[in-house]
Amino acid sequence: MNRREFNKMLLAGGAVSGLGLMGDGLAYAQTETGGLTAIIQPEPPTLILAMNQQIPVGTIGGKIYESLLSYDFDLSPKPQLAESWTVSEDGLTYTFELVKNATWHDGTPFTAADVVFSCAVMLPEVHPRARGNFDRCESITATGDYTVEFKLKEPFAPFLLAFETSSAPIMPKHLYEGTDFRNAPANDTPVGTGPFKLAEWARGSHIRLEPHSGYYREGQPRLSEIYYRVIPDAASRAVAMETGEAQLSQFGDIETFDVQRLAALPTLELTTKGYEFFSPVLWYEPNLRREPFNDVRFRQAMRHLLDPNFIVERIMFGLAEPATGPVASTTKFYDGDVTRYEHSVEKATALLDEMGLTPGANGNRITIRHLVVPFGEMWTRLAEYFRQAMAQGGIEVILDSSDVGGFAETVSNWNYDTTCNMLYQFGDPALGVARSYISSNIRKGVMFTNTEGYENAEVDRLFAEAAVQTTDAKRQELYSQVQKILVDELPVLWMTEQKFPTLHDTRIVDLIVGATGVNGNFADAHYA
Amino acid sequence: MLLARRLLERVAGIVLAILVIATINFVLVRAAPGDPALVMAGQSGATDEKFIAQVREEYGLDKPFAVQLLTYLGKVATLDLGYSYRQRRPVSDLILERLGPTLLLTMSAFFISLIGGVVFGALAGLNHGKWSDLAISLVSLLLYATPVFWLGLMLVLVFAIQLEWLPAFGYSDMRAGTFGPFAYAWDVATHLILPAVTLSAIYMAVYARLMRSSLIEVAAEDHVKTARAKGLTESAILRGHMLRNAAVPVITFAGLQVGALIGGAVVVETVFSWPGLGRLTFDSVTTRDYPVLLGLFLVMSMLVILVNLLTDLIHRLVDPRVAVS
Repeated sequence: MNRREFNKMLLAGGAVSGLGLMGDGLAYAQTETGGLTAIIQPEPPTLILAMNQQIPVGTIGGKIYESLLSYDFDLSPKPQLAESWTVSEDGLTYTFELVKNATWHDGTPFTAADVVFSCAVMLPEVHPRARGNFDRCESITATGDYTVEFKLKEPFAPFLLAFETSSAPIMPKHLYEGTDFRNAPANDTPVGTGPFKLAEWARGSHIRLEPHSGYYREGQPRLSEIYYRVIPDAASRAVAMETGEAQLSQFGDIETFDVQRLAALPTLELTTKGYEFFSPVLWYEPNLRREPFNDVRFRQAMRHLLDPNFIVERIMFGLAEPATGPVASTTKFYDGDVTRYEHSVEKATALLDEMGLTPGANGNRITIRHLVVPFGEMWTRLAEYFRQAMAQGGIEVILDSSDVGGFAETVSNWNYDTTCNMLYQFGDPALGVARSYISSNIRKGVMFTNTEGYENAEVDRLFAEAAVQTTDAKRQELYSQVQKILVDELPVLWMTEQKFPTLHDTRIVDLIVGATGVNGNFADAHYA
Repeated sequence: MLLARRLLERVAGIVLAILVIATINFVLVRAAPGDPALVMAGQSGATDEKFIAQVREEYGLDKPFAVQLLTYLGKVATLDLGYSYRQRRPVSDLILERLGPTLLLTMSAFFISLIGGVVFGALAGLNHGKWSDLAISLVSLLLYATPVFWLGLMLVLVFAIQLEWLPAFGYSDMRAGTFGPFAYAWDVATHLILPAVTLSAIYMAVYARLMRSSLIEVAAEDHVKTARAKGLTESAILRGHMLRNAAVPVITFAGLQVGALIGGAVVVETVFSWPGLGRLTFDSVTTRDYPVLLGLFLVMSMLVILVNLLTDLIHRLVDPRVAVS
């Protein structure tokens, strides 16, 4: 007897006691109407993408809002709100021709004025990443109702990657102009130009999106609705996918040890495509302000004790690849021709001996502390592996636990020996790699900066020069140099390139169509 | 006159307790390491000082601690619970929309555990030393020793995945808004069964053990022997002399249980994706959403005070000696 039969039985009983007027409301499968139920975790605090760029906000907001461009798997730009664009030869002027039939969810026409307002006024005020990109502009002007021109102060090669939806969501000028953006009444209901609009938000339970009937692309969107179901417990999320109550999971929704089991189900399909824009790289991070981490020999010894293949196979269950350096192989200007550190206890102990760190009576050479990342099971296992790996070389590791609040404060204020970290690369070293290694980004109290405290004037120069070059060949040359230096000096110990798993119902097609994958707008997704 | 004075004293005590609780909550929450501005910056991928400074200024986190405390107490006095840092909505709205599901879950669990515990405890106590006593005691011990989250997952495995009888999680079907009122109620009820049973299990075991031992103790007392010597029937002795006396410690524990139930709901609400106060508390702790946390602590404290007041009243009804003293 399954649940429907059980419910029918109970309904029959209910009819006797006066509860029989239920109709056929107890339908669980969303797919029968061409809708999609996806998991979302954690529940987003808001859906106003300009105000918050947390992953779940980007995932749902990516259906409601749009930017000028989207990106193919190889990170080449594709049209979204801009149907075409040109870049001047000196790399200083970017001109976008916008689509002419787009409307906001409230019916107001979308024009170049919305783009200028978003990129020149609103986003620089409320969106830190957009502020970093658009502060490079000397001017942003509408040269026609559907033409926008960005003039840069100096060339910035990855500028076209600044128009991804969560990096630069275009906001409705008519609803925000002249308001206090953070407390604007418009924040109560998201209004975008995307193919879906907010229909219902049952806090703590689910968010329902319905099609935007005025969407500017003929015949889209093709899904009749999207439900995002909030499921905070990892085991329950796996159950939801297994029972078909949800048809889509993404990012870290499913614990790595559960992914292959679910992928083996005939109803589900696994893909790791669609995260090329993010290309997260995971590393162990020593605090270089402290001894012995300020000695490159100690860092090299730690690196020799660690085996990225073990992490790939036993912690990530194949959902990662060993990283060779600071740039992911899926990010532009990757160069794998760098020093390789083999897993070798002998080499590690030789380096430690050279430093004068000899084993004591209990076999320990030194005791260090490791701050465990409080984001779930995978991170706990990474910390436990770190302790075991270091013990092979006589380095005793004491694990320190914390919650999210304590972790953020400890790391951003540099009060740790070692920890773990994983950062997105946003398609280009200038956007997502340099920030972790340039000395101008050593900023106490701010997360996702050069928290390890690495300083090298040559590295600073190479990153700065590479960002303003206008040819890919020159940029490749400079980034290859900087990758060699960094891998030799090991400011952090790069371990793996993460391959986030997307599990979805096998019947859904055209779901993952570009480098931002599940954060895309799903305009063409449909059931085969 | 005496009653009015005592009532006044009680109300004054409650107001004072709420003020003290609000102050202690504020100090404790701020004593924990972690800065909400940093957490929000971290979650937003924000890597500039301007964002952090904006958040601190907007929510008064840049002001001295004493000023923040006085501002908070002033707001509590006017029943203003403030504004969520993270969700940018009034705390009272957030709590009110989660209060219903939590009350439904905790009260269902409360009554399931109370009724089940009293019935099984009475059966065991009346059959002291027999196989039914042994069986009930053994099951009670097992339930008492079983971790709540594990029991929840096992129930999901059996009733949601294997048998497919009940939904695995959630408060209702996501389309429940389109159902009629009866279908909606039925839908919520089917979603309620597993979390309510999970939450009630440990307390049912405690009630059963408490009721059993209390009944065995009362059965040996002189007034029961006297009643039996007077020739009263066993059912009259049970109703008139044993159950009422044996119920006193159960009522005392029931009053204490309500506070613990709300605390225990954090785990159950997480396992079953139940949109209640427990999960809101957990989320607010991890994101250091101080106003929401303080609002939740205050509301929960007030609920506990209210239940204690009710417990005292019930004590008076059940045991006249309490009223006399």
